[in-house]
This record gives sequence, C-alpha cells and structure tokens, in this order.
Amino acid sequence: MKFINYLEKVSGVDFMGLLSLTICFMFFAGMLIWVLKTKKSDFKEVSQMPLDQSN
Amino acid sequence: MQVEKFYYDNKIVRAFGLATILFGVVGMLAGLWAAIQIYYPAASLNLAATTFGRLRPLHTNAIIFAFVGNASFAGIYYSLQRLCKARMYSDKLSWVHFWGWQAIIAAAAITLLMGKTTGKEYAELEWPIDIAITLVWVVFGINMFGTILKRREKHLYVAIWFYIATWVTVAMLHIVNSIEIPVSALKSYSWYAGVQDALVQWWYGHNAVAFFLTTPVLGLMYYFLPKAANRPVYSYRLSIIHFWALIFIYIWAGPHHLLYTALPDWAQSLGVVFSIMLIAPSWGGMLNGLFTLRGAWDKVREDPVLKFMVVAITCYGMSTFEGPMLSLKNVNAISHFSDWTIAHVHIGGLGWNGFLAFAILYYMIPKMWGTTLYSKKLATNHFWLGTIGIIIYAVPLYWAGFEQSIMWKQFTPEGQLKFDFMQTVTNIKPMYWARSIGGTLYLTGALIMVYNIWKTIAKGRFIPNEEAEAAPLVKETSHKKEYWHRVIERKPVTMLVLSLIVVAIGGLVQMIPTFLVKSNVPTLASVKPYTPLELQGRDIYIREGCYLCHSQMIRPFRDEVARYGDYSKAGEFVYDHPFQWGSKRTGPDLAREGSDKNRRPDSWHYNHMYDPTSTSPGSIMPRYIWLLKNKLDTSSTPAKIRAMRTLGVPYPKGYDQIANADLMKQANQIAASLKKDQIETAPNKEIIALIAYLQRLGRDIQAEPKPVAINK
Repeated sequence: MKFINYLEKVSGVDFMGLLSLTICFMFFAGMLIWVLKTKKSDFKEVSQMPLDQSN
Repeated sequence: MQVEKFYYDNKIVRAFGLATILFGVVGMLAGLWAAIQIYYPAASLNLAATTFGRLRPLHTNAIIFAFVGNASFAGIYYSLQRLCKARMYSDKLSWVHFWGWQAIIAAAAITLLMGKTTGKEYAELEWPIDIAITLVWVVFGINMFGTILKRREKHLYVAIWFYIATWVTVAMLHIVNSIEIPVSALKSYSWYAGVQDALVQWWYGHNAVAFFLTTPVLGLMYYFLPKAANRPVYSYRLSIIHFWALIFIYIWAGPHHLLYTALPDWAQSLGVVFSIMLIAPSWGGMLNGLFTLRGAWDKVREDPVLKFMVVAITCYGMSTFEGPMLSLKNVNAISHFSDWTIAHVHIGGLGWNGFLAFAILYYMIPKMWGTTLYSKKLATNHFWLGTIGIIIYAVPLYWAGFEQSIMWKQFTPEGQLKFDFMQTVTNIKPMYWARSIGGTLYLTGALIMVYNIWKTIAKGRFIPNEEAEAAPLVKETSHKKEYWHRVIERKPVTMLVLSLIVVAIGGLVQMIPTFLVKSNVPTLASVKPYTPLELQGRDIYIREGCYLCHSQMIRPFRDEVARYGDYSKAGEFVYDHPFQWGSKRTGPDLAREGSDKNRRPDSWHYNHMYDPTSTSPGSIMPRYIWLLKNKLDTSSTPAKIRAMRTLGVPYPKGYDQIANADLMKQANQIAASLKKDQIETAPNKEIIALIAYLQRLGRDIQAEPKPVAINK
C-alpha cells in the first residue's frame, strides 16, 4: 500500500509544486538582485540603529 | 525639527525578565528530575503527577514557553522600544500580555501535572488554554504593531522583521495545530487523525523550534550582539538574505521528523531537501553573528555577555548543521527514536536559547538598574559551569543514542536479533547518569546567576521610565528610485503579509495533498474503530504520557520488522485522534503490542503496570500503581463516542447511548481473564481499560489479506 498511488488521483498536485517553486524563485531572485545591487553605504545607516547612543 | 521627549517602559521588561529567571530555574529543575527518573524510576515517588510522562511535558513546556518565551518577550519589549524610538503602544496591553502569559503558564503547570494533555508534543495544552494563548498572542501583536506604527525611526531594523515573522507564524502554527473538538472542560480530540495529524503536528513542532526558539532569538541576537560588542552587525546585506531565506525554508522542513514513517514519501523527500537547504541561511546568520566580533575578540575575554553570546551562536551553528544531517534518511535511520535527538535538542536549548537568554539578562538588568553587574567573576563562573554542563550533558547522550541504535540493528550470524530491547537499555544507563550530572552543572550555573542578579539589583536603583529624545517621523512624499525591498522595510503591515505568504506556502503545499488524499485512501477494510473500553484506555495512555517513551511506528527496517512485526501502514491510523507515533523509544515500540506475534497475557500487563521490574527485570519504566486503584470514569464515554462520530469515526448512530454496556462487557471479560491468573480486580478499574487498549494494538491489520506474489 503506497500513498503515492492515491496522490496520482489528486488533480493539480504538480501545478502546486511548480507554482510555489516559481513564486519563491522569483521572490528570492528579486531579493538577491536588490541586496547585491544596493551599495554598502546604504545599509550603513540602518545597521547603526542599535548603536544609537540614546538607546 | 522639534525633538520629542518620551520614556521607555522598563517595568514591563523587568517583569518579563524576572519571570524568565523564575521559570528558567523551575523548568530546569523539572528537567533534571525527569532525567534522574530515567535511570532511577523510584524518583517518580510513585505519584501520578510527578511521574516522567507528566513531568516531561511540564519540563518542555516550561522551558519553551515560560523560560525562552518570557526571555524573548523581555528582549523584544526592551529592544523594540529602543529601535522604534517609542514607548510601547499601550502599557495596559503590555500588562495584559504579561499577566495573561503567566496565567497560561500556571494553568499549563497545573493541568499537565493533572494529566490533562492533548498528547501532541509541545502542543499538549488543552483547548481552553489554547484559546487563552491565542487571545494573549493577539494582545501582544496589537501592542507590537501599535509600537511599530507610532515609531520615530524611518526604517525597521532587521531584528524587528524577525519579531514580526515570529508573531505571524506562531499565530498560524498554533491555530492550525490546535484545531480540536472538545469533549469536556479539559479534554479534546485532535481534529486530524493518523498521518494527517502527524504531518500537522510536526509541521507545528518543527516550526515551534523555528519560530518560537529561533527567529525571536535571532532578532535578539541582531540587537543585543552589536550593542554588547559596540559595533554594527558584520553584514546587514547578509541579514536580509538570512531573514527571508530562513523563514521561507524552515517552514517546509517539518516532515524530517517523520522519515521512514507511514507519511507519504514525497512529503518526506520535501522535508529532507528543505532541511539540507536550511544550512545556508542558518550558517549565514551564525557567521554574521560571529563576524560581528571580528576585531573585538579582546572584549570577549572581558565581557561575560559576549562570552555567553559567542557560545550561544556557536551552538546555534552546531545544531543547525546537525539538524540537516539528521534529516538525511541514512543518518536518521540511526538517530531517530534514540537519545541522539535529545542531545541535539539540548545543544540548541541549553546552548543557543539558554545562553542567549542569560546574555541578554546580564546585559539588560544592570542597564535598567543604572549600575554595573555585581560580579563579573561569578558571571564567568556561570559561563564555564554552563559550558561544561552542556558538554557533559550532550556527549554521553550522543554516545547512548548511537550505541543503542546500533545495538537495535544487530543480528547474529543465524539471522536472529542479537540483543533484546532490555539489553540495549541497561547498557546505556551510565550515560543517563552522566547526562544528569551535566544538567546539574548547568542548573548550578543558573543559580549562581540568580544570586549575581539579586546582588546587582540590590546595589542599583531601578529606572522604571527611561528618558529618551527623538524627532517625530515625517511622512515622505516620494519614494522614487527606491527599490521595492527598501519600501517594504518601512512598512510593517506589508512585512507581516509578505512573511505570512512566505511561510504559508510551505505548509499549504505539504498539507493540501495529504488532506486531499484522505478522501482517496481506501481505509484498510480490517481496521475498525476502537471499542469504548479501548478508547477509554487510549485516553489513559495519552494522559500518562506513554507516547513520550514508546513509539507506535514500525519503520520498514529489517530489525524493526523482526523485533515488532510488519512495518506500519498509513491506513492503520485513520481512527487515531490524536496520532501516537511518538518520537523516542526509551521503551520498545508498541504498534503491534497486541498482535499474535507479541501478545502477552492480560495478567502480564497488570503486573507490569504495578511493577515493571517484576515482569521485565532491569526495566526503567516507572510504576503505575494508581491505575490499579482508580475507577474508570465511564460517564465520559457517550461524549467521547459522539466527538469521534463528529470527526468521522464510523460508530453507528445512537451508539453513544449503548457504548457503556459494551464497555462493561469487555471489561468483565478482561477481569475474568485476570482472575484465571489469580488476579482479583473489579472490572471498573482504569488498568482494565489500558489493558484493553494495549491488547488491541496491531491486531486489526492481521486480518488484512496478504498480498500474493505473482510470478510472470
């Protein structure tokens, strides 16, 4: 008795996998492109936030 | 621009901080007590409330939700205000959150010791407490988002992203896994059964580690580490990648807790693949933390806060390397159900969570009392006791896990199992002693911290409201030329929604097909619902936490099939609300306990429950004397049958009204069989129900026609 046999009867399972892969790939690709393109100096200000003396 | 003056609320941080210390000590004591019971069962005092099966959930819940939970809240309330340059949105909500959470902890402690449990690890709390958790969590969310919305800083620092992801994901996990049908005020059945229940439970269980024990603590790391080292995080760029990759990948990894089980193969494979991928973001985060200290290692020598952080982050790196390794099926075949898992968890728990909690306490408390730490030397002693404690705790358990697992799998040249189960247990007892010594050292360190903090508080003066100044946030009209992520960083609600989408995808892709499958699974014709007596017995099995030491899942390995019987099939569990597959085999598997191969007389079970060593010399199982005395509560039978019917268990209509008659009939039969073996007992005792349940395990499938091999 293998579960995979029953899965074959569920329509659209392949589609779900492909869709989520596509969404995630695009999201991560977008994020990576942005992160790598952004200049280091842009991050400097934000990364200093915990060190603000008044905190 | 006009600078505004405002005050940070330190009182709420103090409250959560002190609660952290209190429950840390309580949780560790419970853990130590449970650890001692494993080699010295009499330490249970032969009382129901203090026996391992009830103490262990108390330990895990206290450490996860009371110790780490309160520590995270303390750190979040401290850092969120300062990163947002704003006082918490509402003091009232802060206190509702605090007292609500402590009330939940108190209710958890009482109900768990009473044996009120759903039987799902780390989600043991019964339905009214589940509802309370949801409400308090919403209060926390409103307070957190309210603060973020009224902030005086344009950008949301990366720590806050981790807090947001924590909030949204824990909400989702808790609600989905806690769907249950109440039977009485403190008893419910999981909505899901068998395979589905297992999948949902470990999706929850794994992500409780991810989003309750990891993401909030990473947020704390990103705030307190730069603070303590007085330098910005090594790479902010890396922290962004760390965040998105971590929350996305983590959510998929749950099925690695169910490798080689009856869970569908594709779901197991998904779990493995994503677990391996998890190394990347986890180690990205760890390296980001450790590299933050580059050029500042001299400070580590001086500052106990940094010492604790370095070991915490190192332990994070170790567990997040080990986790993916344990997810490989060939490694998991050895590690699963053994003490290896316990060792792994405690590298994370004692090292990562415990040490980071200690670090932030040592950081925040002197600051909030406007003083310095009473004794750096004592803190350093705490550090070393803790570190050595972790090693002495973990190394023997790795050894025990590996050795026992290898022994389970050994065959003689004649093809017989080389060791019986008891031999594999008595062999590792010394490792259990060593483990509790490690735990004692760790606890001693924590007690030193209590003293040190006590003295620090005594010499300082508490600053309830800390003054701060900042310019209000002005709304910018143009965001031109800005990248989308930069925009998201300013928008907490967008962040919340995006995080939810990212984490929901993993859960949905794994669950929907598994649920759809339900309608397609031809239940094994031979598998029938439990009889009313067996159902009551099963509830006793759950109440006493038997699943914490006994699995009900025979994996398709030669040794397991030889030892316990045919491997477990998905269709066998369709009436199991909740599933009881277990995650540890301190005792043997029970999935086929009642089958012809393993069946023992009723009197054996009776004697075994009264004194396990009488039937199994060398046994480390506690005595369950009260089961022989307690009268079975049959008044709950109709409600239980009705609840099961609602969940789709095919009891005939109106069966709830006559179920107790069947129950008594079966109980009388068992009492009669005991009498034959010179055991006089009334049929209305709890032990009778438990025997009925144990004798049922693995019987149905025997009636299933054997597949016939066809020679072509």
